[in-house]
Amino acid sequence: MKVDLGLLDYLIMIIYFVFVLGIGWVLRRHMKNANAFLEAGRSMPAWVAGLAFISTNLGALEVMGMTGSGMKYGMLTTHFYWIGAIPAMIFLALFMMPFYYGSKARSVPEFLKLRFDEKTRGLNAILFAVMTILASGISMYALALLMENVLGWDFNLSLWISALIVLCYTYLGGLSSAIYNEVLQFFIIVIGLLPLVFLALKDVGGWIGLKAQLAPIATAKGYAADAFTTTWKHAGAATSNPLGVEWFGILFGLGFVLSFGYWCTNFLIVQRAFAAESKSAARKVPLIGALPKMFIPFLIIVPGVIALALSNNPGSGFILPDSPGGGPDYNLTIIMLLKQYLPTGVLGLGITALLASFMSGMAGNVSAFNTVWTYDIYQSYIRPGTNNEEADGKHYLKVGRLATIFGILLSIASAYIASKFGNIMDFLQTIFSMINAPLFAVIFLGMFWKRTTGHAAFTGLLAGFLVALLHHGLTIPQGAETVFKGGWLGIAHTYPVEMAQNFWTAIIAFTTSTTLTVVITLLTRQKKSDEELRGLVYSLTPRTLKEDVPWYEKPVGLAIVVGVICVVLSILFW
Amino acid sequence: MVDIRIPIGLMFSILGLIISVYGLITMSDSEIYRKSLGININILMGVVMLVFGLVMLYFARRKKK
Repeated sequence: MKVDLGLLDYLIMIIYFVFVLGIGWVLRRHMKNANAFLEAGRSMPAWVAGLAFISTNLGALEVMGMTGSGMKYGMLTTHFYWIGAIPAMIFLALFMMPFYYGSKARSVPEFLKLRFDEKTRGLNAILFAVMTILASGISMYALALLMENVLGWDFNLSLWISALIVLCYTYLGGLSSAIYNEVLQFFIIVIGLLPLVFLALKDVGGWIGLKAQLAPIATAKGYAADAFTTTWKHAGAATSNPLGVEWFGILFGLGFVLSFGYWCTNFLIVQRAFAAESKSAARKVPLIGALPKMFIPFLIIVPGVIALALSNNPGSGFILPDSPGGGPDYNLTIIMLLKQYLPTGVLGLGITALLASFMSGMAGNVSAFNTVWTYDIYQSYIRPGTNNEEADGKHYLKVGRLATIFGILLSIASAYIASKFGNIMDFLQTIFSMINAPLFAVIFLGMFWKRTTGHAAFTGLLAGFLVALLHHGLTIPQGAETVFKGGWLGIAHTYPVEMAQNFWTAIIAFTTSTTLTVVITLLTRQKKSDEELRGLVYSLTPRTLKEDVPWYEKPVGLAIVVGVICVVLSILFW
Repeated sequence: MVDIRIPIGLMFSILGLIISVYGLITMSDSEIYRKSLGININILMGVVMLVFGLVMLYFARRKKK
C-alpha cells in the first residue's frame, strides 16, 4: 500500500510549506492586540472568509471519509452536501448571522452569555474547549498514522513536525493566518484532486460508463440497478438503498438536526464569518462558501463511487488494503486512487493537498480553542478585563498566544492517547456530535422567542446532551462489536446501520432539548429586559436599512442563486 | 493586510511552472504516464496551475492600482 514519491513530489510539498509559513511570518506584524490575533480584527473580505468557512470543514478526515463513503454508499453520500449542508448554510446566512455578528459577541459561548446567562456560557465554553483539543488530537493522530503507513515516515517525527508547522503559523499570525492558509488550502485541494477525477472518470468511460459498471454490482447486492448512482430515488425504504436510512431520517436527521446543529452553532465554522469586515459581508460568508460546497461531491465522492466500480473489476488492479479490524479500509480509498492514477508531479500535488487539509483542520481547531479559552474562560473566570483597554488588548494577546502553544501540546498529548486507544476516540467523536443538536435548539429558540430564559437554556443544553448519551447507551447498530458503538447500558433497540443510530441520537437530543427549554421558559421568569436583548432576538431588533447594491450582491439574492443550483443538482442526480 | 491573492498567485505560478517543465522533459517517457492512461497529466495540470496563478496575480495587481 506504500506510495512512492519522487524528489519532485517532495519539492512541491516543501514549496507549499514555505508559503504556509511565509503567510504567518508576513502577518505577524499586524498582531498588535488580542482583537487582531483572535478575531482577525474583523477585517476579512466576504470571499476570503467564505472560502475559509468551507475549507475549515474540508479537513482531511472529511475528504478521506467522504471518498470512503462514496465507495460504500454511492451517490447517496451527496446527501451530506446537498440536503445535509446547503439548507443550513442558507439559514445561517439569512436568519442567524445578523444576530451573531450584530451582537458583537466574539464567540458562540459569548453569544450565549449575552442572550442567556453566565452558566450557559460556562457549560458550552468548557465542552467546546475540551472537544476542539481532542478533535485536533484525533486529526493529528490520523495524519501521522497515514504518513507512517503510506509514505513510510516515522510516526513521532511526522506528528511533531506537522504540529510545529501549525504552531508556527498560528502563533505568528493568529486567526488571520489560519484563515489565509485555509484559502490557500482550498485551492490546493481543488487543483490537487482535479487530475484524479478527470483520469478516473475517463478510465471508467465517463458517467454513462460508470453507471453501466455499477448496475451489476448493485443488483448482486439486492438493490435496484441504479442504487449507487441515484440519491432520492430509492430512499423510500431503509432496505432499498445502500445507505440504510429512509427519506425521513435523511430529511429530518441529516438535513435538519445534524446539519443545522453543525453549520449554525459550531464555533469552529462560524468563527470564520465572525471575522468578516461588516454585517453584510458576514451574512454573505456562508453563501459564498455554499457555492463551492455544492460541487465538492464531484471532487471527493465521485472518485469513491468510481473506486467501487474499479474494485469489482479485476482487470483494474485496484484493491483497498484491509483495515486493522478486518474488512477493507475505506478511509484509504482516496490515497489508493491517487496511487493508481497519478504519476510523479501531480502525485506530489495530491499528497500535498491531503497534508494541507490535515494541517488547516488542526489550525482551525487551535484558533477556535484559543479564542474560547482567552475570552470565555480566562477573561471570564480568571482575570477579567480592567478599564485600560490598551493594556488589556496586549495582555490577552499574550494569553491567546500562550493558549496556542498549550492547545497544540494538549493536541499532541491526545494524539498519543488516540494511538493507544483508537476505539475510545471513535466514541469521543460520537459524543461530540451530541453537543451540537441541543445547542442549535437553544440558540434557535433564544434568537426567535424573546421569552426564552437562561435557566431554560441551561437545562435544555444539559438535558439534550445527557439524553443523547443515554440513547447511545441503550441502542446498538447491527453487528457492532465494541461497546463504543453503543449498548453500554443495555440494548433496548437495534438499528440496521450505525448511521441510522447517529441520526436518531441527534433527533432525540434535539426534541428533548427543545421541549424542555420551552416548558422551563414558561415556568421561569425572564430576567433580561427588552433593552438588553436588543440585537440578540429577532422581534427586538430593528430592521436594517436597505442597501443600495445590485440584487446578486445582497445576501437574499445570493441565497436564491445557491438554493436554485442546489435544487437543480438534486434533480439531476435524483 | 497583505492581499491573499499574491501568495496564492505566486505559489501556483511557481508550482505550475515546475510541473509543466517536468511534463515537457518527460514528454517521450511513456512509462511514467502509463498510470495516467497515456495522458501527460503533468503538462496539462502545470499549465492549468500556471494560468490560475497568473490570473490571481493579475487581479491582485489590478486592485492595487
